[in-house]
Amino acid sequence: MRYLTGGVLIRVDRLTQAAGPELAISWKISNGGKTITFKLREGIHFSDGSPFSADDVAYTMQLLMDPSVHSPTGDSFRSDEGKVETRVPAPNRIAITFPAPIAGLDKLFDQVAIMSAKSPKKEMAVLGPYYVAEYKAGSYVQLQRNPNYWRHDAAGRQLPYIDSVHLDIQQNRDTEMLRLVRGEIDFISSLDAEYFDKVTSQNPALAHDAGVSLDSEQMWFNQVKNSPLPGYKKAWFASTSFRRAVSEAINREDLARIVFHGHAQPAVGPISPANKFWFNAKLQAHPFDQKSALRRLAQEGFQLRDGVLRDRDGHTVEFSVITNAGNKYRERMATMVQQDLAEIGIKLNIVTLDFPSLIERITRTFDYEACLLGLFNNDLDPNSQMNVWLSSAENHQWNPSQKTPQTEWEAEIDKLMRAQASTLDDKKRKSYVDKMQEIAWEQEPFIYLVNRNALSAISASLRNAHPVVLRPQVYWNIDELSVGGEVARKH
Amino acid sequence: MKGARLAAIVFLMVVGGACVFADLLLPASYAHQFRDEPNAAPSSQHLLGTDDLGRDRFVRVLYGTRVSLLLAPAAAFVASLLAALIGGVAGFAGGWVQKGVMAATDLFLSLPWLFLLITVRAVLPLNVSPLISVAITFALLGCLGWAAAARVVCADTTSLRESDFVLLARASGSGGWRLLWRHIVPNLQSVLLAQFWIAVPAFILTEANLGMLGLGVAEPLPSWGSLLRELQSYSVLSGQPWQFVPLILFILVVSSFHLLLLKQEWSA
Repeated sequence: MRYLTGGVLIRVDRLTQAAGPELAISWKISNGGKTITFKLREGIHFSDGSPFSADDVAYTMQLLMDPSVHSPTGDSFRSDEGKVETRVPAPNRIAITFPAPIAGLDKLFDQVAIMSAKSPKKEMAVLGPYYVAEYKAGSYVQLQRNPNYWRHDAAGRQLPYIDSVHLDIQQNRDTEMLRLVRGEIDFISSLDAEYFDKVTSQNPALAHDAGVSLDSEQMWFNQVKNSPLPGYKKAWFASTSFRRAVSEAINREDLARIVFHGHAQPAVGPISPANKFWFNAKLQAHPFDQKSALRRLAQEGFQLRDGVLRDRDGHTVEFSVITNAGNKYRERMATMVQQDLAEIGIKLNIVTLDFPSLIERITRTFDYEACLLGLFNNDLDPNSQMNVWLSSAENHQWNPSQKTPQTEWEAEIDKLMRAQASTLDDKKRKSYVDKMQEIAWEQEPFIYLVNRNALSAISASLRNAHPVVLRPQVYWNIDELSVGGEVARKH
Repeated sequence: MKGARLAAIVFLMVVGGACVFADLLLPASYAHQFRDEPNAAPSSQHLLGTDDLGRDRFVRVLYGTRVSLLLAPAAAFVASLLAALIGGVAGFAGGWVQKGVMAATDLFLSLPWLFLLITVRAVLPLNVSPLISVAITFALLGCLGWAAAARVVCADTTSLRESDFVLLARASGSGGWRLLWRHIVPNLQSVLLAQFWIAVPAFILTEANLGMLGLGVAEPLPSWGSLLRELQSYSVLSGQPWQFVPLILFILVVSSFHLLLLKQEWSA
């Protein structure tokens, strides 16, 4: 919705993954990365006709950084304590100063939809290609073309081509699929592998696999020191060799081939290969090698006897993995991991829990042994993963909110993540993030399983659609999409 | 009707026999994944093809039926026993005891069953084998499913307590437990049996519902619930009709139980 209606100063091109000018013609980062100065386009109006100026940008930033608003977008700009200052030297110029340097500052503005400071319609006045004309909670949203949208095509025709967009909220994938086949809807984003294959078998021209996405599926062991687990299990889970052995015993190729029907690929680490700049290309997915897994376990004193693995004190190696009920892909992955681990003598019990119960266990009671979940990632910049990789972070799932890092490698990751966040030189940042990925690959606090592909179905009547791996996968170039043989046909 | 009932009995016996002797009939394991043959069509090797992980569907149907068919009656037995105890004592005692117990029963009936099951299941220990997890699920069903039957038993006990033959027994000096045990309980047998037969298909359906939500029997153990989950997506409907076998079996078994139930109701 925000992508369709919000006008932003800078837009990250979903195809090239580079930042480009939008409402800002140009920008400059100065003051050691604390200040960004924008030169804005002139003569632009909001959808309700009110003029756009630097005052609107200042108003938006003030609102965004207001702690009482609790904006997640605002959080990504919070580099340090202190106020964000805005200076408007001219109606088409604005300088925004943050209390501390922010790495990747310009790309963060891709998420900031500019609001009008003066329009009586407030947030309903927009600068994006569409405005909200009508909506019914839980049912649909009707968007109409913004008559004041600033972009034009090469022939001078005002964009977007499509007059209106009707977003249906469908609870049922089957209904959605039937409506697509009947031509009642024009596209479906983030399609499941099963449905994708169905579309392919019916009409291959509708199915689009944009390749591996930023989303990952992973499992991890509970390493919280004061969790209610027995001491010997805590020792297993804290052992790098144990985690590496479990990782090597899992056949990721099979997970991708069987569970995701080949529309996924074995995951490497915290950054997906889809992230062109930040992915460490030196790393490969951990190979499936059960002999190596057993060797690692033997070095740690584990012994495989009569098909059962025991630790040096004779405890049978058995643990449970929790996942959210109703997600058949995760349940299937867990079942395949169960068989893989059984082959090295590990007994895995699968427990599916309703989501609130699962969250309670992994964030409050820590009464679980291993967990299998996925991560939906929308942001390319590694800063977005600070809340996962810093040992003090609440989302440092295997052992959250540590006062001081409990292991040397976590301390090293903390150092690297902080270093990359306070450096403006992209090359240096990349070297820190590469090193962080290497440590994560080596230590495997998260056992990354697969990265799903970005799958979508697009009707033949929707022209100029080029699905990409970044969200919104299908309508990232909504300005240029058209329906049917002609442009600007009522839809 | 008699013929239909006979057919139902024979059918249940055949299904029950096949499930009990599944180990002898089938060499393959219900958990083994033939990873080179996921979603395979029926063949001489896999009579009903394989599921999405390559597991033999025929073997899973037999084992799943065994799980549901063995444990649902066990849960129904527990529920009927609790209903007999709670409803019987309340009906026999009468007065404020009956009012209090029945008010508690009404409160129990008003609880959202499915959510209660989900909540109770969520607080159970995690590290249990699939077999124990399925036993726990059905034990929960049994422990939570007594209330409706208890109301019926209570009403029946009240009517028996006020009947002429009980009055005669009282006049002859019978009282307390003797009266309950010798005169009332034997007359409750038919209603308890009917409640038992009602509970069996109801529990099978509840487990299937839990399975559909992914909260039923833990993988890799199959049950009707987990087998029916495969039918959730419409893509199945067109391509692989053999996936309907668990559904057909489920309908036939539940219908057979209902035919037997009709007989019990007539007897009652």
